[in-house]
Amino acid sequence: MAPPSDSQVLDLARLLEDPQTRIIVCCGAGGVGKTTTAAALGVWAAEHGRRAVVLTIDPARRLAQSLGLTELDNIPRPVAGIDTTAGGSLDAMMLDMKRTFDEVVEQHAAPDKAAQILANPFYQAVSSSFAGTQEYMAMEKLGQLRTEAARDGRWDLIVVDTPPSRSALDFLDAPKRLGSFLDGRFIRLLAAPAKAGGRAGLKVLNVGVGVVTSTLSKVLGGQLLQDVQTFVAALDTMFGGFRERADQTYALLKDSETAFVVVAAPERDALREASYFAGRLDEEEMPLAGLVVNRIQRVAAPSLSAARAVAAADELADRDGSASGATTQALLRLHATLAETAVRQQRLTAGFAAGHPGIPMVEVPASAQDIHDLAGLREVASALTTREPAALRR
Amino acid sequence: MPESHPDLSKVRLHVVTGKGGTGKTTAAAAAATALARQGRRVLLAEVEGRQGISQTFDVAPLGHTETRILHHRAGGELWAMSVDAKDSLFDYLQKFYKAGRTRAILERFGAVDFATTIAPGVRDVLLIGKIYEAVGRRAKNGQAVYDAVVLDAPPTGRVVRFLNVNAEVADVAKVGPIRSQADSITRMLRSHTTAVHVVTLLEEMPVQETVDALGELRRAGLPVGAIVVNQVREPLLSDKAMRSVTAARTARLAERVAADLAAVGVRGSEEVAAGLIADGAQHADRVELEREQEAILATQGRLTVRLPWLPEGTEGGGISLLADAAAGQGLV
Repeated sequence: MAPPSDSQVLDLARLLEDPQTRIIVCCGAGGVGKTTTAAALGVWAAEHGRRAVVLTIDPARRLAQSLGLTELDNIPRPVAGIDTTAGGSLDAMMLDMKRTFDEVVEQHAAPDKAAQILANPFYQAVSSSFAGTQEYMAMEKLGQLRTEAARDGRWDLIVVDTPPSRSALDFLDAPKRLGSFLDGRFIRLLAAPAKAGGRAGLKVLNVGVGVVTSTLSKVLGGQLLQDVQTFVAALDTMFGGFRERADQTYALLKDSETAFVVVAAPERDALREASYFAGRLDEEEMPLAGLVVNRIQRVAAPSLSAARAVAAADELADRDGSASGATTQALLRLHATLAETAVRQQRLTAGFAAGHPGIPMVEVPASAQDIHDLAGLREVASALTTREPAALRR
Repeated sequence: MPESHPDLSKVRLHVVTGKGGTGKTTAAAAAATALARQGRRVLLAEVEGRQGISQTFDVAPLGHTETRILHHRAGGELWAMSVDAKDSLFDYLQKFYKAGRTRAILERFGAVDFATTIAPGVRDVLLIGKIYEAVGRRAKNGQAVYDAVVLDAPPTGRVVRFLNVNAEVADVAKVGPIRSQADSITRMLRSHTTAVHVVTLLEEMPVQETVDALGELRRAGLPVGAIVVNQVREPLLSDKAMRSVTAARTARLAERVAADLAAVGVRGSEEVAAGLIADGAQHADRVELEREQEAILATQGRLTVRLPWLPEGTEGGGISLLADAAAGQGLV
């Protein structure tokens, strides 16, 4: 197997330094270190002169603390301890999806309408529990941050972590789904059943409307249907707004100022999801910068193969020599296990590379401890921004 | 300790959750396989359309139709499905209103999308409703169709909301059919025939999430089953060896290891010795961290089931090994 050439190394330092890069979206399966990657990229960018903001969705508590995030309050706040001598800065925030949704309503509806919507029980349930609200609101927040950045220049780089979704792609689909629902035929039918059915004549459609409303009322109950109708009537003025926002966010994700970074672990399932994701981004013509493979096993004595280590340990066992023999044997067997893991991971990532030629990759070594402070994030960042091909570091 | 070690052999619905990436699906597959090997008829279901089950068992992608994927000599059978919210809605309409044929009309108006993706909580009620139906399903002779159902549930971050369907629909549906369906589901979920197992790894974040999830489950009145520790690796060094590689001075140890290596003809023995000791020290750090995490889990006072790490993953009989481990430790 030929070592990968330079063109296949994901050069995140260049991406972060490039002033044309305005948005970085980190995505991937759950549990692969997306949030840590996003935070590390933010720290590196800030310490290399970018005015960065990191939008996290649901960070682990200790990671959140390392960024000074103690409450979920939807407000970007400066991260303490960042080296700002290069002229950069770092803000971080946690997404509050309900508050973001409320802000959207307040922004797009007249004050009296807005109050009506915010008080509606159906709205309250949708805004806090609709499967997809988090994804939609993450993208909405991204749009807001981008607008704010363009307006007052507070930030020149937004790093966004994506929600731990059912599927890593939900955040691409949620805005469209909510958008198409909100100005779809069904909601108009709920808002004004008489209109949707047309006047006389369209008998089939009228039958249809009857079936739909009576079935819904059977399943959902009359009260819920009534709440929905009130909600929809109040929302009527906002249809255009929602749709427009969803389209804008979608366009923003396709823009060349955006870069997607797919995060994975060197495991079959995580790489399979990464592969699916890469394909999907390609389909949507969204700019994929490359793949980050976290938790790569490294060995400190790479010249010794696993097989040779086992053979040496066996030979030592036969000799039954020095007092340190037992420790040396155990260290050799440990080395063999680690080296085998490293080879297996290499095989998996090489398989991904072969299946996706042209997608640059960078590997981050596994660390013995979890990351929960700036020093740990800097270490991850330094591995992320190394420009050497992985093969040379093995 | 009856509270912390419930008799899991009476459980008919095993709900398996855990932080993303901990191996929920693998643990659920192991539990289901173990039950089938005991001669039971088991349904293994996923609800997020991830096709984790079909990938784990290396079978064709699953749909809403229950499919037999394993038959055991002991007479046990493993059936599997990927529960679909839309199909569940039509199953439900057909069963209670004989209205399954209105599908085309409902689809055309977007009503199906509304009920299955937008209306809060309804999607979850439909998904769990299907599980509820499978648990309670009886054959013509009155016998339960499935001896047990194993649910590969959403991850810890969402699982309580998912299982707490009652609270979820309470805001929007105070009365009506959805509400009464939610009430029956809740009765089943809170009974002793259900157990919610939480899967974790011996790492800080998953353990923290496990502890949080256990608290949330208890507060929601849901019956907690076992903590399943996945990918357990036994230490590869003795405690004595770990002490010597992590000691402040390792120069003498390095000399001795290098001498041992040279004696068996390993080239560059000094450099290799330094590398081996460095990796040994890292390994010792990880073992220590894992022991700390195990101590945290022990304070939870739950049955803890340890599933071994499989170097080659779940392919080639791996699930059977895990099934044996799960059954041997009383998970099923």
